[in-house]
Amino acid sequence: MSSLPPSLPAKPAAHRGPAPVFASAFPLRPARVHEVCGAGATAFAALTCARARAGALIWIRETWMRDQLNPLGLADFFDPSRLILARAPDAVDALAVAEEALRDSAVALVLLEVTRPLDLREGRRLQLAAKTGGSTGLCLIPEGMGSNAAETRWRVQPHWAAPPEGRGAAPRSDSTLLRWQLIKNKSGTLGAWDVCWNRTTYRLDVVSPAAE
Amino acid sequence: MSAGTGRRIASMWFPRLPSDRVLRATPLEGPFALTLREGNTERIHCLNPAAEAAGLARGMGLADARAFCPALMTDPARPDREARFLEVLRRWAMRYCPWVGTDGADGLVLDVTGSAHLMGGEEAMLDDMATRAARSGLTLRAGLADTRGAAWALAHHARGATARAAPGETAQALAPLPVTALRLDPAEIAGLERLGLRTVGALEAAARAPLARRFGPGLLVRLDQAMGRQGEAVSPAGEAPHYATRLTLPEPIGLEADVMEGTRRLLERLCEKLDHQETGARTLCLTLRRVDRDSRQVELRLAAPMRDPVRILPLFRRGLEEVDAGYGIDQMRLEATLVEPLPARQLSPRATGGDRARVEDLITRIGTRIGLENVQRFRPADSHIPERAFQVVPAAFAGPEAGPEMGPEMGAEAEPHTANRAGAWAAPRPRPLRLFPPEPIAGHGPRPPVPLRWRRMSLTPVRVTGPERIAPEWWFDLPGWRRGLRDYWTVDTREGRRLWLFHTPQDPAWFVEGEFA
Repeated sequence: MSSLPPSLPAKPAAHRGPAPVFASAFPLRPARVHEVCGAGATAFAALTCARARAGALIWIRETWMRDQLNPLGLADFFDPSRLILARAPDAVDALAVAEEALRDSAVALVLLEVTRPLDLREGRRLQLAAKTGGSTGLCLIPEGMGSNAAETRWRVQPHWAAPPEGRGAAPRSDSTLLRWQLIKNKSGTLGAWDVCWNRTTYRLDVVSPAAE
Repeated sequence: MSAGTGRRIASMWFPRLPSDRVLRATPLEGPFALTLREGNTERIHCLNPAAEAAGLARGMGLADARAFCPALMTDPARPDREARFLEVLRRWAMRYCPWVGTDGADGLVLDVTGSAHLMGGEEAMLDDMATRAARSGLTLRAGLADTRGAAWALAHHARGATARAAPGETAQALAPLPVTALRLDPAEIAGLERLGLRTVGALEAAARAPLARRFGPGLLVRLDQAMGRQGEAVSPAGEAPHYATRLTLPEPIGLEADVMEGTRRLLERLCEKLDHQETGARTLCLTLRRVDRDSRQVELRLAAPMRDPVRILPLFRRGLEEVDAGYGIDQMRLEATLVEPLPARQLSPRATGGDRARVEDLITRIGTRIGLENVQRFRPADSHIPERAFQVVPAAFAGPEAGPEMGPEMGAEAEPHTANRAGAWAAPRPRPLRLFPPEPIAGHGPRPPVPLRWRRMSLTPVRVTGPERIAPEWWFDLPGWRRGLRDYWTVDTREGRRLWLFHTPQDPAWFVEGEFA
């Protein structure tokens, strides 16, 4: 299906003793709905697509949104031909489409851009649909508008870091360092990592565990 | 046909079909004609008896006709609609026999062998044709004979509006008719006139060999066809397959489960039909007629042509849930309004296609809610303009593989599919994940502004990469590109945001067009 190499296990953060293991959190737990907020949410979503199992990817947006996804940018992460875009006229339809898609096991990943806070009932319905279909869901939410039903919530901020010094260290000219903060986790501990996507090898590098 | 029963052919000629068609819709008194443009002049295409009485004729120039008859009313002729009207008449004529073909632009030919008695005999049938045509405002001349040629001759040249030659009396019936009744070329007719052979009888009596030498075989073929010495087929037009089924119920139903069951029965019959024709339905329309004569329609647009009732039925559920059954539904009609060829496919254990079919079903289900055109896919396009480097196409009409618009190139390449696809999406430089309509920012000079103020944020560029110059495609007039060249810069900011800026040197201004991450 995909032209990408199979997922590589991310390097565990080995520098600090009791820090949570990145691998336990990131390839998002399947058959659950997760949330991501912050300025780097799109990149997080693209990375999730890159790590999704074979199958259709559905990205649900509302019709009025002016900005658009750029498949040429997404191509650095995964093959944009796999992506199915659904443009819903309003938030209710977007949720209904998301529920329908999550319940279908043919779909590997459902991405939903949420513009208003989801209440517990809506969040729970998505969660149940994901459980039925075995698909993973990811809601891109505005800051602070998460639903209590989410399995994990991430805050992702792009983060400037000076290029690494020393010989042999390739300057990170092609990708942004992202700070991933796990700010909600229903079954595990929270954590924070600095993550960098290598677009030539399609590899996710955990640069260093970020200080809390 | 069989040797035992002689063939009987009827020919129906509508001499004023074009003008009758128009006058049926808008009745007019007085002279009326339809005009058709031929080369540089408007000529009369068809006219009513009043116009003919005023001295007008077909083929006459419109200017001359107006001089003859100042009261003439005209309309432009519509040959396409005339052809469609003739097709309607052809279907109507199937009430007389099942074997009806069209004959030229204004005639029908019916093989009424063995079916005339159903109308009470041949005379009665001809009378019935004449009455019905007159009642619907059509001029009709009909002929009935043993051969197609003779029937045509009688229809066009006999004295009355209807004429009939009894079985075996073709030669006697045709003898007094002029040679023009044999469907000959004008040159042949002129030649025969010059020889003094004015009637079919005279031609029949003349020696054949000199005629064949002089006029070639065509003339004698026509004569033999009319006399029945040479066969001529009546070729009925093939009926287009009709994909509709209906179910009439003795008692009205209203429960959703009952309606679903009715739909299932209709769907099975429809899919059998589709299966025979190797087609698949793309759009289905279910009409539910209620007891109060009102009807409700449920339209289902499918993401791929399908003819599997088990897969289609659940897709109807959402539409049916919203139907108000009122006092009950007593008739259901299911029609495939749009069909596409869907050849039978061999099932093999390797290419099950099950996953793809499920995705198509999902697209259909989503499409019933938000509209099938709102479920889309990306397709690569060949352009350097960032917003034109891809297309967004409805997913229902483009599979996950190469779409039809890029078929030739994709098919010609012998590379593996993966390499192919990576090439299709290759961009010369990193591209942002999101694009938005260009947002102007303050800035001067050819280097990105420091500090950079965007969306009420003050950002400090730390590293800028660029410029990447992109020229507009001058052969398109894109409103966004009226400022000319663009120099694109990738700007990393201390705050983390990574933006895609451009500067228009020909009309200096700065804009933000996209964001990485």
